[in-house]
Amino acid sequence: MEKRVVFRSAWLPYALLAPQLVITAVFFVWPASQALYQSVLLEDAFGLKSQFVWADNFTALFRNSDYVSSFGRTAVFSILVAGLAMGIALLLAVMADHVIRGATTYKTFLIWPYAVAPAVAGALWVFMFNPRIGIVAYAMHSFGYDWNHQIKGEDAFALITVAAVWKQISYNFVFFLAGLQAIPKSLLEAAAIDGAGPGKRFRSIVLPLISPTSFFLLVVNIVYAFFDTFGIVHATTSGGPAKATEILVYKVFNDGFIGLDLGSSAAQSVILMTIVILLTVVQFKYIERKVAY
Amino acid sequence: MATVALENVGKVYPGGVEAVKGVTLDIPDGSFTVLLGPSGCGKSTLLRMIAGLETITTGTCRIADRIVNDVEPADRDIAMVFQNYALYPHMSVYDNMAYGLRNRRTPKDEIDRRVKDAARILAIGDYLDRKPRALSGGQRQRVALGRAIVRDPKVFLFDEPLSNLDAKLRVATRIELRKLHERLGTTSIYVTHDQVEAMTLGDRVVVMREGTVQQVGPPLELYNKPANTFVAGFIGSPPMNFADVSFTERDGRLVAEADSIQIVVPEPMRRRIGRSTGRTATLGIRPENLRIATPDADRSNAITGVVQVVEHLGAESLVAVDAGGHLLIAKADPTVAFASNETVRLTPDPEALHFFDSTSGAAL
Ligand SMILES: Nc1ncnc2c1ncn2[C@@H]1O[C@H](COP(=O)(O)OP(=O)(O)OP(=O)(O)O)[C@@H](O)[C@H]1O
Ligand SMILES: [Mg+2]
Repeated sequence: MEKRVVFRSAWLPYALLAPQLVITAVFFVWPASQALYQSVLLEDAFGLKSQFVWADNFTALFRNSDYVSSFGRTAVFSILVAGLAMGIALLLAVMADHVIRGATTYKTFLIWPYAVAPAVAGALWVFMFNPRIGIVAYAMHSFGYDWNHQIKGEDAFALITVAAVWKQISYNFVFFLAGLQAIPKSLLEAAAIDGAGPGKRFRSIVLPLISPTSFFLLVVNIVYAFFDTFGIVHATTSGGPAKATEILVYKVFNDGFIGLDLGSSAAQSVILMTIVILLTVVQFKYIERKVAY
Repeated sequence: MATVALENVGKVYPGGVEAVKGVTLDIPDGSFTVLLGPSGCGKSTLLRMIAGLETITTGTCRIADRIVNDVEPADRDIAMVFQNYALYPHMSVYDNMAYGLRNRRTPKDEIDRRVKDAARILAIGDYLDRKPRALSGGQRQRVALGRAIVRDPKVFLFDEPLSNLDAKLRVATRIELRKLHERLGTTSIYVTHDQVEAMTLGDRVVVMREGTVQQVGPPLELYNKPANTFVAGFIGSPPMNFADVSFTERDGRLVAEADSIQIVVPEPMRRRIGRSTGRTATLGIRPENLRIATPDADRSNAITGVVQVVEHLGAESLVAVDAGGHLLIAKADPTVAFASNETVRLTPDPEALHFFDSTSGAAL
């Protein structure tokens, strides 16, 4: 039998829900509807008049080569970030799962980066990679590589990738470790008796059993790479040099707040919003259907 | 098929727990050997050392005359059934059973034949395409057995495989395990803390306590001739009654006595006890060997006590009697009624008396 709490008064449930509803309305529904509204308007240069233009803002975007290349850049960026952050996190989690002594210390250290704000993380990496005073740049110079993310686009792109990956590893690590520890030890022992070596055990038992975790993380990581990396980009490269690190979410900001092209910026946010909604729907569908393997 | 020979095997876990202490044990080819003991006595540890899942700290373990201390579990040619079954949840029943064979590169048609064979024996042929989560506990248990038998290993290892089943299914599965063993004849080592399981399944039972072997023998031998008070108290249900007694000679007969206990020691037992007068011992007598006699029975060979509680089990009644501070349980005919605080006289079956050294607990 399902247990239900029955409220006698009519207003109490609403009162309890109110704070969350207010927050959602003020910080999500209102801005989202504004973005939707803005995205179909064309505003004049002085912000005095605006004109209803249907989907012109959207079609203009896809004809704009800057936007299309930013789209491609974001795709590459998110695949790299998700792939690296998940791969490295899984490797670390597998190793941490085997550690017996000092395990808590390792785990704590591995989780720390997650507590660092994106802008601070960005600043950290900027210092380390600064072509003149950065320790990593210095080390690369001595290996003969002339690092300069302020001039070279690919260096800048590598920098935001590394910073974004570094920050996301902790999050993935926690989930992977929990996933690994949820696998009963006896399963791996049974597989060992069944003649599977460590590699085979990992591929045929561990990976399939953590696949729900992996899928969840994949979506989370893509969403992260698409949206939460704004702070990192802003603090390290500001989208430069020559737009080499201008990913979609940064372009929204650049076009809207710097370029003051509100209609285009709003249209871009609407596209991003659609992507998140799609990803979330896919995730919910998948999780509902395949909770466990 | 193979023998398993343990020689002075010991296990110290990191952290210093000495789980198994110098166990020497020969497990004959084709036997069904049960490791029996209370929780924490080291039976699982011993089994896992044989399986290769725990390292052996001291001593040697031989399977089929080969020292396997440093051999990987996969190469020991054993199969194990775990308490939680440890079925691979993402694989079908068929794949669960085929996994070990595939890892050993068995040809496909051979795998198919063996899996189907095992499925037929265990009556799980209808579930081969299902995932373990779509099976009942009893069916999972069969799949786990199936996974072990398809490999046709030298030795089967079982770690409390029945403890997650309900009482009825446990009895049924016990019988099937026994039949399966008779059919396959593979050397089996079975861990349990349930003495009924041990007595019914094993042709040899190893009683363990705190990492040491207390006694090894066929079930009835352990029941009839327990080597010490621990084995005596562990095997049999309800457990054997114990009472501290001292010996005296009276009218040329040796009498074991305590408050309200006076028992004549029969002749063969007397010879075993030897130098006797003034000596103390622990008397052991099973509930089923205590008869409740009429109050006018022979006082010189009886235990006198007061009825405390009567438990009616249907086929028999358990009568708890306070005999001068010793609480003794007797099995009684359920048709006889007893009142609480009624004074009764218990007469033991003279053939079934046990005496143990009062300090070491070893049988006299
Ligand atoms: N991995 C381990 N590390 C340290 N000590 C352990 C470990 N595994 C078991 N022990 C200890 O070793 C002793 C024997 O454990 P074991 O699991 O062999 O007992 P058992 O006889 O199988 O008991 P049960 O009937 O409860 O399963 C116990 O005291 C236990 O606490
Ligand atoms: Mg155990």
